[in-house]
Amino acid sequence: MLKLDGVSAKYGKYLSIKDIGIDVTQGEIVVLLGANGAGKSTTFKTISGLLKASSGKILFNDEPIHQTAPEKIVQMGIVQCAEDRKLFPYMSVEQNLMMGGYIHRKRKAQLKQSLHDVFELFPILHEKRNEAAGLLSGGQQQMLAIGRAYMAKPKLMLLDEPSIGLAPLIVEQMFESIKNINQEGTTILLAEQNAFAALSIAKKGYVFENGQIALQGTADELLSNQEVRKAYIGA
Amino acid sequence: MNILTNKKVIISLLIVLGIVFPFIIPNLYYLHIMTLAFIWTIAVYGLNLLAGYTGYLSLAHGGFFAIGAYVIGILTVKLEMGFWLSFLLAPLVTMFIGLIIGLFALRTKEHFFAIYTLCVGYIIYLVIDKWEGLTGGVRGLIGIPLPEAIGPISFQSPTAQYYLAFIIFLLVVAVIYRIVHSLTGRTFVAIRNSEDLALSLGISTKRNKLLAFVLSTFFAGLAGAMYAGFIRFIGPEIAYTTITFDLLTYMIVGGIGTFAGPIVGTFLIVIISQNLQFLQDYRMLIFGPLLTLLIIFSPRGIVGFIQMQLYQRKRKKQESLAYKNREEETNAGG
Repeated sequence: MLKLDGVSAKYGKYLSIKDIGIDVTQGEIVVLLGANGAGKSTTFKTISGLLKASSGKILFNDEPIHQTAPEKIVQMGIVQCAEDRKLFPYMSVEQNLMMGGYIHRKRKAQLKQSLHDVFELFPILHEKRNEAAGLLSGGQQQMLAIGRAYMAKPKLMLLDEPSIGLAPLIVEQMFESIKNINQEGTTILLAEQNAFAALSIAKKGYVFENGQIALQGTADELLSNQEVRKAYIGA
Repeated sequence: MNILTNKKVIISLLIVLGIVFPFIIPNLYYLHIMTLAFIWTIAVYGLNLLAGYTGYLSLAHGGFFAIGAYVIGILTVKLEMGFWLSFLLAPLVTMFIGLIIGLFALRTKEHFFAIYTLCVGYIIYLVIDKWEGLTGGVRGLIGIPLPEAIGPISFQSPTAQYYLAFIIFLLVVAVIYRIVHSLTGRTFVAIRNSEDLALSLGISTKRNKLLAFVLSTFFAGLAGAMYAGFIRFIGPEIAYTTITFDLLTYMIVGGIGTFAGPIVGTFLIVIISQNLQFLQDYRMLIFGPLLTLLIIFSPRGIVGFIQMQLYQRKRKKQESLAYKNREEETNAGG
């Protein structure tokens, strides 16, 4: 479904990725592991078109997208949910979600259905639908960010560190929801530092180090890999 | 809800005040000032749409105001067209020129955009000042006709002109309200928040920025046309950057990016500066520090300050509520 082939890109002075190769098959959850600054977010930015690849190819359903404008990429079905939960703090929860459905703005019935689906996935958002997004707790904000991405009905969802800064109990719920979204047919590419939780729902993973892929394999392989265990799981 | 904080009550009261104003204060001078304030507010609304909601600070706004004024001036004085047709054409022509300038200006961002538009504004001034054949140069255009009577309603008296400005003002406020509370308005806000975020939601930022720019020039042109029809004489000084900075001050004092800001800021400053008239230019000694203090302590102006207070209060209430719930839970659990 998504294929990165020898992709390099630069973001600022120090952050860059080099020769990245990733393969995502439809229906999978794929994890990108790595420390801060290892290149996960830069890879996401390059896939979603916010950053232009300096070399290499990105194919989405066999169509090259590395020259495509970001808003076109969204229309093709790749939606990114950014790391820092960028919401519109003064808009209500429901307005935030409707912004997520922007590309379907003329299909009112579909939007209503999507809104319903998001509320089913995250009932707390329904309860707070008229609250300003900035007034939500961290976990609720993360749910809203994922819900907003879901409103676009993506084929592929890019989730950048959904567990960051959340309490362990909430993290568990979050991964449960991600699994649900995946089971309903959305392919998911997930960047995480919480390796154990991420690998437990994923099919395969890539380990990033200094802007390059250091290791790759199935979730089980990575979970049993000594280096991964030492670096990310602490055992 | 408290009757004083109920929006509907406040709005109705303000509209009634606007209607009865000429009867309460039958002073021609004050009527003149109020009419001008309506016109300035419309221009500020245009600026706020772009600078406030979309986050692109245009310093060419006074220039577009002047284009609106000069279009109606040239059409009525030089080409002897009727007032209303010219009045209709003025904002449309301004918008068209805005579209072309916007295509280039929006290739820049942030302070570069501000500097670029500042230059554009100055060029507009120079064109008006130097192109004597078209604009009358420094002599300006004299004798812009009054609006023609519509049926039994004539616009001879200052009171009639006041009501005309008031009605257009109300229409503009209603239209702006619709825009900022629509998906388009929220798209503008999304662009202001973060263009990258807007792009990753599938929003074409280029198209929407241009839309905001063009809409803002429309309201500038409309205000300019109203000004020319009201004062009936225009000179190149209305294209000068002072007008832009006046509009900017009104917007910032009222509250950049807020809905009520343009009204609050414009009327407040116009009224205060009328009352400080006796100080002549020294009144800037009072204005300057006040403006500086306002920007330091409330960058989003008076209306933004009030909104922030309400937001914080709600937030605190919610936090204490959440805390209480948690405590109850632990108590029940333990």
